[in-house]
Amino acid sequence: MKQIKVLVSSCKCNQKFASLVEQVVKDNGIDAQVERVSDMMEIMQHDVMSLPALVVDGKVVAKGAKNEAELLAILK
Amino acid sequence: MIQQFADWLIYSLCGLDPATGIGTALNFFVYDSLKIIFLLFLISIIMGIVNAYFPIERLRNYLQSHRLFGLQYLFASLFGAITPFCSCSSIPLFIGFVKGGLPLGVTFAFLITSPLVNEVAVAMFLGAFGVKATAVYVISGIVLGTLGGMVLGCFHLDHLLSAWVRQIQAMSSHQAGEWEAEKVSFGHRLPSIIAEAWRIVRGVLVYVLIGIGIGAAMHGFVPEGFFESYLARDNWYAVPAAVVLAVPMYANAAGIVPVVQVFVAKGVPLGTAIAFMMAVVGLSLPEATLLKKVMTWRLIAIFFGTVAAFIILSGYIFNLII
Repeated sequence: MKQIKVLVSSCKCNQKFASLVEQVVKDNGIDAQVERVSDMMEIMQHDVMSLPALVVDGKVVAKGAKNEAELLAILK
Repeated sequence: MIQQFADWLIYSLCGLDPATGIGTALNFFVYDSLKIIFLLFLISIIMGIVNAYFPIERLRNYLQSHRLFGLQYLFASLFGAITPFCSCSSIPLFIGFVKGGLPLGVTFAFLITSPLVNEVAVAMFLGAFGVKATAVYVISGIVLGTLGGMVLGCFHLDHLLSAWVRQIQAMSSHQAGEWEAEKVSFGHRLPSIIAEAWRIVRGVLVYVLIGIGIGAAMHGFVPEGFFESYLARDNWYAVPAAVVLAVPMYANAAGIVPVVQVFVAKGVPLGTAIAFMMAVVGLSLPEATLLKKVMTWRLIAIFFGTVAAFIILSGYIFNLII
C-alpha cells in the first residue's frame, strides 16, 4: 500500500487539488492512503518551494497542480 | 478585429446607438473582455513554457553556487518576474531560499518582484495601456525589486525573522542540491502547460469581468477629465495618497486594471496610476498576515515601508517622464 501525502496550504486551489487526489485514488481503486499535510515544518522537510506538491512513499513526485489524467499517470 | 466584432455585436446586432452611454459601455465591455482574456491566455502559456525550463529550484541552486558580485539581486528579481506567483507559495518559497543559505536581501528582491510582475498583471496592462506603458511597468518592477532587495539587505534584518526560521537559517547549507531536469519532450509538456494557462484564465475570469464591467460603466457615464481636479499631476500628494489607499485593497490585478484604465482615460496621470497598481498587487494585507508566519511584525512593517517608499518614488518619476 502506498503512502500518499498531499502538501498543501490553506488556500482554495490547494484544497481543491487535495480533493482531486483523493477522488482519483478512490475512483481508480489505487491501493493507497492519502493524507493532507499543511504543517509548514513538515512541508519544508520535503524541500519543496511551490505548493501544492505530491509525495508518494517519501519521494516528491509532483510540484504544482495537476489535472486528473496527469495524476493518474503519476499514481498508477 | 476584436473591435470590429464588438462594433458589429453591439451596434448592428443589438441595434444600440454608439452615441449613447449604454452603447459605449457595452461595446467597451465586449471589446476589453475578449482582448484581455486572449492576452492573458497567451502570456500564461509563454510564462508556462519559460517555467518548465527554469523552475524555481534551478534558480536557487544557481544563486547558491555562483558568485555574482551584486548581480544576484537583479537575477532574483528577474526570476521573480517570470515565475507565476501564487501567494499560497510565498511561505515555502521564502523558507526554501533561507534554507539554501541565500542572503535575506536576495530573498526580498524575489519576494517584491514576484507578485508585482506576474502574468495576470502584465496581460491586463498590455490590454489596457499598450506596449510602452507595459514595458515601463515591467522594467520598473524589476528595478524596484532589485533596489528594494539591496536596501533591505543593507539593514541586516535577520534577527527580526521568526525564531523557527532563524533556526533553519542557522542550519542552512550552501551546498546546492542536485537539480534534476525532467526529461520530458516539449510536445509532451505543451498540453499540460496549456491546461495550466487555461486554469489561470479561469481562476481570474470572474474578477476580470467584474473589473471590466465597472470600468465599462464608468467609461460610458463618467465625463472626460472628471478626476483631473482630484488627482492631477501638480498635486504633490496624489501619488502617496494613491499608494496608501492601495495597500489595504486586495483586488488582484485582474479586477483593478480595467478600473484604473478608466481613471487614466478620464485624466489621472499614468505615473500615479502605475504607482497605485503596484501598491495594490505588490503590497496587501493578506500577504502581510501570511508573512507573519516567518517574520515579526516589525520586519513586515520595514519591508512594506521600504517597498511603498520605492513605489511612491517611481510614481513621481513616471509622472515626470511619461
